[in-house]
Amino acid sequence: MATEQKGVRLEHVSKIYQDPKTKKDFYAVHDANVNIEPGSFVTLLGPSGCGKTTILRMIAGFESPDEGEIYLGDEPINELTPNKRDTAMVFQSYALLPHYNIFDNVAYGLKLRNMDKEIIREKVIRILGLVGLEGMEARMTNQLSGGQQQRVALARALVIEPGVLLFDEPLSNLDAKLRVDMRNEIRRIQQEAGITAIYVTHDQSEAMAMSDEIIIMKKGLVAQIGDPHTVYYKPADEFVADFIGESNFLRGNLTAKDGASGVVTVEGNSIEVSSVDDDVSVGDTCSLVLRPEAAVLADEGVLPAKVILSRFMGHYQNYHVMVGDTLIKITDFNPKNHKIYDVGDDAFVAFTKDDVHILPTTGEKTA
Amino acid sequence: MARSRSAELDRKKLFADPILIGTIVVLIAFLTLFILYPLAVLMVDSFITEEGPTLSIFQRVLAMPNFRTAIANTLKVGFLVGVLSTLVGLLFAYVEEYVQLKTKVMDGLFKVVSMLPVVSPPFVLSLSVIMLFGRAGIITRHLLGIPDNNVYGFWGITLVQTLTFFPVCYMMFKGLLKNIDPSLEEAARDMGASRWKVFTSVTFPLILPGLGNAFLVTFIESIADFANPMIIGGSYDTLATSIYLQITGAYDKDGAAAMAVVLLVITLIMFVVQKYVLEARSTATLTGKASRARMLITDNSVRIPLATICLLIAIFVVGMYICVPFGALFKTWGRDFTLTTKWFEQIFTRQQGFKAFQDSFILSLIASPITALLSMIISYLVVKRNFKSKGFIEAVSMLAMAVPGTVLGVGYIRGFSGGLFGSGILQGLYGTGIILVIVFIVRSLPTGTRSGISALRQIDKSIEESAYDMGANSFEVFMTVTLPLIKDSFLSGLVTAFVRSITAISAIILLVTPRYLLITVRINELAEKGAYGSACAFATILIIITYGAVLLMNFFIKRFGTSRAFVEEED
Repeated sequence: MATEQKGVRLEHVSKIYQDPKTKKDFYAVHDANVNIEPGSFVTLLGPSGCGKTTILRMIAGFESPDEGEIYLGDEPINELTPNKRDTAMVFQSYALLPHYNIFDNVAYGLKLRNMDKEIIREKVIRILGLVGLEGMEARMTNQLSGGQQQRVALARALVIEPGVLLFDEPLSNLDAKLRVDMRNEIRRIQQEAGITAIYVTHDQSEAMAMSDEIIIMKKGLVAQIGDPHTVYYKPADEFVADFIGESNFLRGNLTAKDGASGVVTVEGNSIEVSSVDDDVSVGDTCSLVLRPEAAVLADEGVLPAKVILSRFMGHYQNYHVMVGDTLIKITDFNPKNHKIYDVGDDAFVAFTKDDVHILPTTGEKTA
Repeated sequence: MARSRSAELDRKKLFADPILIGTIVVLIAFLTLFILYPLAVLMVDSFITEEGPTLSIFQRVLAMPNFRTAIANTLKVGFLVGVLSTLVGLLFAYVEEYVQLKTKVMDGLFKVVSMLPVVSPPFVLSLSVIMLFGRAGIITRHLLGIPDNNVYGFWGITLVQTLTFFPVCYMMFKGLLKNIDPSLEEAARDMGASRWKVFTSVTFPLILPGLGNAFLVTFIESIADFANPMIIGGSYDTLATSIYLQITGAYDKDGAAAMAVVLLVITLIMFVVQKYVLEARSTATLTGKASRARMLITDNSVRIPLATICLLIAIFVVGMYICVPFGALFKTWGRDFTLTTKWFEQIFTRQQGFKAFQDSFILSLIASPITALLSMIISYLVVKRNFKSKGFIEAVSMLAMAVPGTVLGVGYIRGFSGGLFGSGILQGLYGTGIILVIVFIVRSLPTGTRSGISALRQIDKSIEESAYDMGANSFEVFMTVTLPLIKDSFLSGLVTAFVRSITAISAIILLVTPRYLLITVRINELAEKGAYGSACAFATILIIITYGAVLLMNFFIKRFGTSRAFVEEED
């Protein structure tokens, strides 16, 4: 495809809104600095109200930033209207034009560009083939299923060969099974078309499955930018650790540090660790992040614990144990041949030093 | 932190769209010039004389016993009409929504009753009341043997206005009652309440703000009404007719301006209360759509009396309208009931009927597409776009709703007869057909805008955003997306504007010059002269025209409307 891949850069971008009730201004997006590489698939991920959609709409031009500058490729685009920007958006509600059939919907952007009829026809047919809707040109939009409407919306955005493709939670109106199919489809099509894509979602599994890079947002701030591995295994803070997957947090003290390795004391137990965040120095209180699936219950291990919940879930055994005053959740996968602990049993939480990540304590208890 | 930067960027984006900016500028100029300016001139005229600001004009006007009586009359009639219309409207809506009627006849009758006042000229009912209950009235003279019954005055106006305006209330209540979740009432029933108790403790409190809303809407309509008091008022003056007489009879333009200000202030206050206090509240009480159909009342002790009352009223109303064509077909109403076509012939041979229809038709035909398009553009800007002067545009176009036609007419006389502020600029407008077209537009704009706004609110914002995002500019978005999606609303706005224009009289009668003959003005003249045969002939043809327009609209909506496009190629 002839698409010219464009990157997107946000420099110190902020957006201020007014709370309609209190009439107070607040930052919907605060000092966002983001550099999206041409051709990459980047997800804006965060809970509702974190500012992710606002960023997307600022890139599309529907909202104007209050601070900072947005670049599309090398061009500053703050003053451009949405129709002048080389972006195309796939809307949450699909936003198909109900008075046009599929062909006219997809051809809409091309007709605006005054293209030759034959070329339009050819392009539309090819793109409908790419999204798996060949032969459906004459249907009206209300004759399509949700998934098909989604494909039309995608085709319509792709066909104008934009520099950047924008997705605003496009799968949230689909049922769970279709969602999984469609996210694989979107990723495939994006890679085939070789187009830059920015994708807003609050669904972390979607973000993990599709993205080259994930931008995690929290209350208007960019909490972390990184590839799926990094944000999962080396979360920047407790918010990220808790938002992506599930995490246990154990409060401790860093007693020794050598590069990324160190020793943390938790409830009087010294634990060797290999992944210490740069911000943590010796003597600091810190949080030890332990994923439920990274720990097992054993007769010997790192931390002594008491089982307060033990439940068989089929493909895993679910435990809640107390280490001192801290609740730890453990998921023991494929438990068929494992020893099962019952409520009231004493046991040890076992994990290796590579399975935990050490963060500075933010004081904000998220677990 | 400041939001000024984004505001500035938004402004820059707006200015990057010259068509949009041009439209906004033209709109603001139009609204200012033809709605705000005439009203401002009235204020200036009635407060400022050559000696400077003064209240003397008001003192003079208010000292006239006739005017004081007119104020009292207007308020009295308005209040009673408001109460009666609300009650009758509620009864009709309740029967339609709650009572099992079963018959097609009843359904049809209800539909006719709700549509008749929309398609008929405003004074038709006055004509038929005179013909039924007046001195030569069929009912009073021939059935009851009362030789000179006086229908002119308070009761005549009240009767006619109630019958004219209650369908408006009926439609309002129908909407309200439809949105009450039946399970609320079922819950009350379930806990042991009788039907009457359910009505007084659940249904009634829920629609109470709507009741106030309907009352004020009819109250405003009643005090702004010119045509009916003119024809059936006799010596019973109301504000609207006093203002008219002050200008056409006493040639007292300052006095008329002051009177118009009094009328305007009264309607404005009510309008503000209605619009901003009651309207918001009457919809806020009702949350969401009814979850499922209501169990209709089948109990005959409720059904028969309620249905009978409605049936009688409906038959009465329909009968009144049927009276009009017969009025034109009888040789001499009340004396000689031989059928004749002489009245119809006469209006064309002696009353310049052809020119009247031609003028009315052409002017309305010019005004209606402009009105429809303007109101769709205003609705689009108000609902879908964000810019600084949006509040102004919305407020002024809604304000036009609260301005009685007579007031607007006086404002135009004062504002344009000597050009802008007496400077001679735009003086050429006065007395032309253009100013009549403009009055038609201004008078129908609020209704069209309101229906456009509600139609546009139904459309997901992202549909237009998607078109915008694909590269369409505002104009292209409006033409290819917005307008096609509100085609129905546009079509009905077109026809409503046409019907309203061709049946308009209050503002027009003050502005029309001998160059133009308008049907409504002719009917008014003939009715005043007592030439009911010719008046009825005119009115009959007018009703046929308007009804034809509505039929045409329904046909087009069915054929080409949005809803059809969606189901195309179903199966």
